[in-house]
Amino acid sequence: MAHKEDGATPRYYVPARSSMAIFSATALAMIALGAASGMNSMRAANASGGDWLLLYAGLIALAITLACWFSLTIRENLKGMNSEQLKVSYRIGMQWFIFSEVMFFAAFFGVLFYVRTLAGPWLSGDGAGVMNTLLWPGFDYAWPLMDTPQDAIGGVKEQAKAGFLANNGEHTGPARNMSFPGWENLLHWLPFWNTTLLVLSSIWLEFAHHSLKKGNRKGFNFWLALTLIFGFVFVYLQYLEYHEAYVDYGLYLNSGIYGATFFMLTGFHGFHVIMGAGILTVQFFRSIMKKHFTKEDHFGFEAASWYWHFVDVVWIFLVAVVYVY
Amino acid sequence: MAGPDKGFSRWLLATNHKDIGALYLWFSFAMFLIGGSFAMIIRAELFQPGLQLVEPNFFNQMTTMHGLVMVFGAIMPAFVGLANYMIPIMIGAPDMALPRMNNLSFWILPFAFAILVSSLFMEGGAPNFGWTFYAPLSTTYAPPSVTFFIFGVHLMGISSIMGAINIVATIFNLRAPGMTLMKMPLFVWTWLITAFLLIAVMPVLAGAVTMMLMDIHFGTSFFSAAGGGDPVLFQHIFWFFGHPEVYIIILPAFGVVSEIIPTFSRKPLFGYASMVYATAAIAFLSFIVWAHHMFTVGMPLVGELYFMWATMLIAVPTAAKVFNWITTMFKGSLTFETPMLFSIAFVFLFTLGGLTGLMLAIAPADMQYHDSYFVVAHFHYTMVAGAIFSISASVYYWLPKWCGRMYNETMGKVHFWIAFLGFNLTFFPQHFLGLAGMPRRIPDYSIQFADFNMISSIGAFIYGLAQLIFLFNIIRTIYFGEKTTKEQTWESARGLEWTLPSPLPFHTFERPPSIK
Repeated sequence: MAHKEDGATPRYYVPARSSMAIFSATALAMIALGAASGMNSMRAANASGGDWLLLYAGLIALAITLACWFSLTIRENLKGMNSEQLKVSYRIGMQWFIFSEVMFFAAFFGVLFYVRTLAGPWLSGDGAGVMNTLLWPGFDYAWPLMDTPQDAIGGVKEQAKAGFLANNGEHTGPARNMSFPGWENLLHWLPFWNTTLLVLSSIWLEFAHHSLKKGNRKGFNFWLALTLIFGFVFVYLQYLEYHEAYVDYGLYLNSGIYGATFFMLTGFHGFHVIMGAGILTVQFFRSIMKKHFTKEDHFGFEAASWYWHFVDVVWIFLVAVVYVY
Repeated sequence: MAGPDKGFSRWLLATNHKDIGALYLWFSFAMFLIGGSFAMIIRAELFQPGLQLVEPNFFNQMTTMHGLVMVFGAIMPAFVGLANYMIPIMIGAPDMALPRMNNLSFWILPFAFAILVSSLFMEGGAPNFGWTFYAPLSTTYAPPSVTFFIFGVHLMGISSIMGAINIVATIFNLRAPGMTLMKMPLFVWTWLITAFLLIAVMPVLAGAVTMMLMDIHFGTSFFSAAGGGDPVLFQHIFWFFGHPEVYIIILPAFGVVSEIIPTFSRKPLFGYASMVYATAAIAFLSFIVWAHHMFTVGMPLVGELYFMWATMLIAVPTAAKVFNWITTMFKGSLTFETPMLFSIAFVFLFTLGGLTGLMLAIAPADMQYHDSYFVVAHFHYTMVAGAIFSISASVYYWLPKWCGRMYNETMGKVHFWIAFLGFNLTFFPQHFLGLAGMPRRIPDYSIQFADFNMISSIGAFIYGLAQLIFLFNIIRTIYFGEKTTKEQTWESARGLEWTLPSPLPFHTFERPPSIK
């Protein structure tokens, strides 16, 4: 991969100085401090809106800084300061960033696997342990977990009487779960529509990319807009899904490990969809307002599309192990 | 291209890889002294049996903060600093691939550690659950400052991932023409593999602390059996990060030593290709051995057996490396300048640490060793005599190149011998303490452990003193060291950095050199 270099090739652009990083680092520190102190005062039950001010200020500062940073790199690219070699650095950077995201999700998928194949059966008495007989008599493991070990011994009060109450408290299983309701109910099942939306949006995005590579600006804008609409409808349906879980199914974050894994996996996925849609929206406005992107040079869009395909693939795995299997 | 800015903005707005490398190195030295002072408090308390200086809870805060600050604040940033400084030069690149992000990677760290260390002054005290922060100690029973700890870890993770991505992009994309992968200096190779490990496991750590955060504040039950979770699950996630993490710490040390030993043996490195493959093999194995840290937690027998055998496999590539270093020295024209002394001590003492690791890998024997001072002795032989010694070696090795001044060789040798003596005095007796049954992370002990503990504490104070000599020698070199402008500091050092003048120009290789 070593780059061919001769006298005519442009130098690798190394900016002389940059204030972007120190602003970003300050904003990140504000977010960390604000979130931590906000959560701590929330837990100490003396919360006031002011505790979160630092967090909001940090988020706004980070958004502004990143906007400046990205627009700076875009302007540099338009001025032709970015050599082909520099563009390769950006591509490598994005690829490895997505790999790090894969590993982040892998941790949560790993938890689901461990709980379902090992921890759950052990709690109900499988293997050589004595956890079931001594701690959780009467607990039977089944997935989705409708009755937690705490339910099995008579709820949080009985557990407190026995002398061991976790300070994160009550874990009551849900009334209903979100699993696949059978083929006859397929069309009334939100994840089916969500899967359709997300897979189609990925296909529309490829159409957009092909249009761009042919120099068809109108086609590009159209297919990208369609991708975005599908993406935002996905987010809306996911909101309906959560509403249903909370209001109709009694499924909460504290509904035992089923609720925890369900909300953390779908939640982080949903958060990534929102980020991906946000990034694509920026690309859309760059295209319609500033006529950015050419046939050959459209890395901003391409990186966003890699990201979008990544969240799509995560969703496929998620439907398989969170909802269906 | 422009020269350096005047004043503090040079550092605050830095994009130059040498400036950022220097920032990392100074930051890590500051953290090293802070983490070291925590260790001094630990050893002072353990000087005699009984409780004399600190409360048990504060002692736990000290062991926790010592581990966290040393691992994440001292050793890792020191190697990232060396990578920043040396990798672009070693591969003939103009700078790091993404210079502005490089600056961000660094400047996150002071904030992260300010948050972490400030938890010492918070209500309820600093984190006191050990650097491994096992649930439920770190969730149900944690002090409120755990929330700040969690977000501090998130910041460090962001910094590490960005730094690692930068290094991967630099090595893959910015090598000079002709610098094929198998011509890269071994330090570059080990860092490429380390960067891969970082990108793979730092997100897993982020996941682990996120689950802790959710358990503490939002009612999830990942690590609580009452809701169907499992505290042992935390250990699995943590060590899936933690075992690659210890190789993140030691692989760059392998790289440094593989640069220094050939120089002072006046021979090329023996078995270059096998060094590369051994590094890759160690990195691969690091992903599939994590549960050897938890043999006593109650795993199924097949799990214990699998993790035992897989762990013992690591000895094979590691032994290949030690063999290569020794064979490099064999029949070499050896001289013993300070970097070489530290490197030879590294080979000798790291091998001891590796052998105790092999003992710990044997599951039935580990039932006895687990959570004892034997473990403490083992990992300090790898972390201190491994990582810290090699960092000292590399500072002495490259300091004349960095600042164009020669350090005081006598003082360097004094530093080495005091450090060597102090280190072994501190940690060698801890093997015996552990085998005799003294548990780790405890402020008081039974009186039969008294003698060895006193020796260990005296050794620790000596080792602490040695670091002040190190600091003094570095500062003295920078301001008053004998000037040297020659390109080749060490007679027969190989590599692109020794083709450049000393001190290094602000920008190097703006046009890539040609490698034959």
